[in-house]
Amino acid sequence: MKWPVQLVAGAILFGVFLVAAIVSLGWTPHDVTDLNIAAKLSPSGDGYLLGTDHLGRDMLSMLMAGARTSIAVALVAVGIGIVLGVPLGLSAAANRGGLLDEIIMRGNDLVFAFPSLVIAILITAVFGPSALNAIIAIGIFNIPVFARVSRGAALTIWPREFIMAARVAGKGRALISAEHILPNIANLLVVQGTIQFSMGILAEAGLSYVGLGAQPPTPSWGRMLADAQTFFYAYPRLAILPGLCIVMTVLGLNLMGDGLRDLLDPRLRRAMK
Amino acid sequence: MITLDQINLSIGGKPILRDVSLRLQAGKTLGIVGESGSGKSMTALSIMRLLPQGAELSGKVTLEERELTALGERQMCAVRGAEVGMIFQEPMTALNPVQSIGDQVAETLLIHGAASRSEAARIARERLARVGLTSDRFPLDRYPHELSGGQRQRVCIALAIALRPKLLIADEPTTALDVTTQAQILGLIRELVREEGMGCLFITHDLAVVAEMADDVAVMKAGQVVERGATDALLHDMQHPYTKALFEASRHCPVRIPQMDEAHLLEVSGAVRDYTLRRQRLFGPRPSFRAVDGVDLRIRRGESLGLVGESGCGKSTLTRAILGLEPLQGGEIRLDGQTVTPDMPADLRRRMQVVFQDPYGSFNPRHKVSRLLSEPFHLLGRPADLDARIGEVLEQVGLSSADADRFPHEFSGGQRQRIAIARALITRPELIVLDEAVSALDVSIRAQILDLLAELQHRHGLTYLFISHDLTVVRAITDRVLVMKAGRIVEQGETEAVFNAPSHPYTRALLEAAPVLPLAAE
Repeated sequence: MKWPVQLVAGAILFGVFLVAAIVSLGWTPHDVTDLNIAAKLSPSGDGYLLGTDHLGRDMLSMLMAGARTSIAVALVAVGIGIVLGVPLGLSAAANRGGLLDEIIMRGNDLVFAFPSLVIAILITAVFGPSALNAIIAIGIFNIPVFARVSRGAALTIWPREFIMAARVAGKGRALISAEHILPNIANLLVVQGTIQFSMGILAEAGLSYVGLGAQPPTPSWGRMLADAQTFFYAYPRLAILPGLCIVMTVLGLNLMGDGLRDLLDPRLRRAMK
Repeated sequence: MITLDQINLSIGGKPILRDVSLRLQAGKTLGIVGESGSGKSMTALSIMRLLPQGAELSGKVTLEERELTALGERQMCAVRGAEVGMIFQEPMTALNPVQSIGDQVAETLLIHGAASRSEAARIARERLARVGLTSDRFPLDRYPHELSGGQRQRVCIALAIALRPKLLIADEPTTALDVTTQAQILGLIRELVREEGMGCLFITHDLAVVAEMADDVAVMKAGQVVERGATDALLHDMQHPYTKALFEASRHCPVRIPQMDEAHLLEVSGAVRDYTLRRQRLFGPRPSFRAVDGVDLRIRRGESLGLVGESGCGKSTLTRAILGLEPLQGGEIRLDGQTVTPDMPADLRRRMQVVFQDPYGSFNPRHKVSRLLSEPFHLLGRPADLDARIGEVLEQVGLSSADADRFPHEFSGGQRQRIAIARALITRPELIVLDEAVSALDVSIRAQILDLLAELQHRHGLTYLFISHDLTVVRAITDRVLVMKAGRIVEQGETEAVFNAPSHPYTRALLEAAPVLPLAAE
């Protein structure tokens, strides 16, 4: 089998950050809470591979730990979206045209109707800024996305004859949804998951940038950007490095999403041959 | 007029066509007959040069002195649509749903620069009228979804003949249509070929259709033309064994031993099924549509009952009600005296099974055969000897017990239909509903499946409800037949009696519309 180029490129790009995040759990070149005011704003080299920030913290260590925060927040947020959104979408599809379908889909529309970042700000403003609240805020907006995708995909599977055969066997809607529908729409969910993952990383960076994400001393790319703002003209490196990390992770994930779609969609797969 | 000389085609190194040579004259129809995978559609696409990537074509296609195979892609674009028109099988997908029919017909004229915009609309109007879509009922701004299947196929034909091409390629143009619509479309194509002086390349799997349509026939098998000649001569004096086999299979009638009981197994009395439709306006009443309107039917134990009707007549709705998948709004259905409802007891459900039409769609592609076959035990609980029973039913339908570990995509269409029958047999049911169960199969496979069904019926004393639009098949396998139209049974009786002397005008129309194979001189 030939792997799509985007998938390979995206996986390598994202893999670099994933490895960095995992390594940072056990080891970073320096402790990220270690302030070395004497060596603040020092350039690369000199014991600090990528230099230090305005408080003398090691940039490389901060970026590695920041990757951990971003990936963890986005991962859990996507998890919330899948765990709650997919069953909602499947039950809406199973009761197509019924009351439950209406309630679920109109509820979805309600959540969709609000700009997601505004609600995220509202949630963190009410419950206090923390990584956990950022996760919840981003996760809530993943629910309607997954509900919609899985409902739409499930509706195309329901009229198939093997579903009818399962109904003749006496299987109920819930069991058919779990056993027959879900495996057949899983590829779509994987693709959508990758894309939502990259949006989650962006959202986390945005929330941290305005101070509503992970709180110090937990490192975060978004807050590193915010901190670097005042030093931007003198020390552009401080802003460029976390910015580059965000761009590369999101790019990697989007490429992966595209590649996975090509790989998993049989129609596109045939066209590629 | 058009000649194909030694066409060889391979796709990705795999040979598809071998030495195909054909000749067609203006005003004549050449029928290409063959089963799926015989290369008949690829032959047409080779003429159009609309081949998939990785295709390698050699040989010569000549259209009126002009060698099409020597033309570049650009020049081919000028040929397609203008000199060669094409009609496809599925009129539902061959038209763009968001463009009006007038625009679609006019588009061909505009692309080829044959007319100005207003002139194109005028010609489109005239062409649509030519195919029987008159301006009073079918203005140019109609959209495809507002038309029936037959009307859409007429639009496709108007589109194909918009520029009066010299060659019209019709690829299974009536396979997706009902018999009465098929008869109309076939009549239209015949008339156009004669009056416009086009050559028509008519591709079909149906020998009866080709016998009615074509002046000459070419029989294809595995990418080769195995026999060709004038239609009448060829059908009366078949040389090649494959042609003979195809002909035999088309008329195949399995040997059946009658074993009917007097007792009725299934009784449907006064069945009514209404569907509620969408509200026309907010808070307005929900209109309803009566799909099944007071149907009575009885099947004796061991009997084969045919249910015939065109699409939309309510036969599928009735099937779903009989299987206990949907509730009735009136009347009742009894299986062996017990009432069938959507929440009937598991043991009653076990006694009825179903085989569907589409051998590709009726299995979850991600499950192995063993899991597919054990699905009917969902409510009953798995029997202790499940594996043995899976092996047993697989062998009964002519497969081996080792096939239980394979996935459905590893099987051919005919084998999948055998698996579908195995799935229906595994609970040892009494009634099997065959919903167009052989309609999607090639004739030779169809003959085998019909034999298998007849054998299983004899061996297990099964009762069949055979639902089909294909009158030949119904005649071959049923004892009694019911004709359904617009939710009602309009005629019923012994199969032979109904076919020989239909009393209802609708039955007569159906029988007259069905293409018939000429009897071979044997």
